[in-house]
Amino acid sequence: MQLYDYILSGSCYKVRLFLNILGLDYEKIPVDFYPGRAHRKPDYLALNPLGQIPLLRDGDVLLRDAQAILVYLASEYDKGGTWYPNKPATRGRVAMWLAFAGGEIMAASAARLHDLLNYPGDIASLRAAAHAAFLVLDDHLAEQELRGQDWVAGPDPTVADIACFPYVALSNDGGIARDEYPAIERWLVRVMRLPGFVDMPGILVPWQGEGSLVEGAA
Amino acid sequence: MTMELDAAAIDQWYVIESSEDLPKGKARRTRLLGRSVVATREADGTLAVEEKSAEGRSLRALPVQERYGYVWTTLGTPARALFEMPEFEENGRRLVICGVVTVRTSPARIVENFLDLSHFPFVHTNVLGAEPLTEVTPYKAELDETSGELWVTDCGFYQPQAMAASSGGAQVDYTYRVPQPFSSVLYKSSPGKEGAFDLVGLFAQPLEETLCDVHCFMLVYDETTSDEELIQFQQGIFLQDRIILENQRPSRLPLNPRAETPSPADTSSIQYRRWLRGQGLRFGVQ
Repeated sequence: MQLYDYILSGSCYKVRLFLNILGLDYEKIPVDFYPGRAHRKPDYLALNPLGQIPLLRDGDVLLRDAQAILVYLASEYDKGGTWYPNKPATRGRVAMWLAFAGGEIMAASAARLHDLLNYPGDIASLRAAAHAAFLVLDDHLAEQELRGQDWVAGPDPTVADIACFPYVALSNDGGIARDEYPAIERWLVRVMRLPGFVDMPGILVPWQGEGSLVEGAA
Repeated sequence: MTMELDAAAIDQWYVIESSEDLPKGKARRTRLLGRSVVATREADGTLAVEEKSAEGRSLRALPVQERYGYVWTTLGTPARALFEMPEFEENGRRLVICGVVTVRTSPARIVENFLDLSHFPFVHTNVLGAEPLTEVTPYKAELDETSGELWVTDCGFYQPQAMAASSGGAQVDYTYRVPQPFSSVLYKSSPGKEGAFDLVGLFAQPLEETLCDVHCFMLVYDETTSDEELIQFQQGIFLQDRIILENQRPSRLPLNPRAETPSPADTSSIQYRRWLRGQGLRFGVQ
């Protein structure tokens, strides 16, 4: 299995994170998204005419769109069937939040690209749109907690949680503080405690380095 | 309103663009020390840099030179020529321009962090450092009287993956050179050539006092790793630093020796701050 990957992409990270959670081996094919803009060059456009990363190749299967890739990986490799549950109402909710991850939350990605790599955009309206999306997610997660459910689409983590996580966790890169979203903060920590979790540059795992700092102080 | 600039900041050469990002017929508008500047490469290859007013009026032509894969300019009159990097003449090395990343902090914070060994295990976990091997062994940070440069030498650190080409953990030797306040070059043991050093260069372009474009290059002996892999390795490390840098307060680097309580591992920071203070730097410090 091959992942066309860029280390700073939150969308590629969705796939890296889920592959690690599922314990699957794969080969990373680095795409020089920046500064090389390799995703806009003919070789890459031949694979994905939308010019977007990530891209996954698994045998004869070639997929673009992080959300689509997560659905495929869960359907093919999660034998337990919990990451993409087949119960109709749950599956509907998963699809709803996958669309949210690829839609509204991407305002936070655009703000990040603006602040990080000098991408064009109206930063004030991008941040406002991200805050509006975060408020919806925070309200939803708080309601889920009241129902006794820790995750976006139900009582168990699904691909919807994986899809929503990166650009929320990376929001500080785009100047979007999360002080106002306590339910989001609790959920982020739950995701970081999932077996197989891996981070990416820009995500602060609260307990990373904790052990030896405490030892050093003793 | 344009702020008064101190000589220590203004009389320096600054990178404003990589050569490869300024092809013929292209212009780039950017900021330098709070001023507007535009770099233009004409169709015939001629390179020019101008300072502009806030309204976009041309104010004056600025000095320009192209070296080490970058376009350099200055708003002042540097006392010294641009520092030499003889390694660029060495056969077998490969130059990889790793892009520009914007960081909301002062240029001095960025360079200070670049010189810091103690954060490796905590910020670059399992790449440039790993617990429990967090000890910073004694090293030296000294002013080279002849060149006026700051050198940090005798650094050694265990690194799980020192460079993109590293096949496993290794004890890595480091030397840092700070030829001018907001530029630094790291020399670290090359995994591609026994006994040689790879270069990682960092040039902070201060857009404003607490906002920088950071340009980064690698000059390596490495025949196996692709440019894409080298760039992603370096960008990944820098983005781990960026989130820490943007959270450091104050954003301007405090130069008063009583502002913080250092430990022996902070020798490079202490000497860097002392060196900046000695130059009378005011921009982006407090």
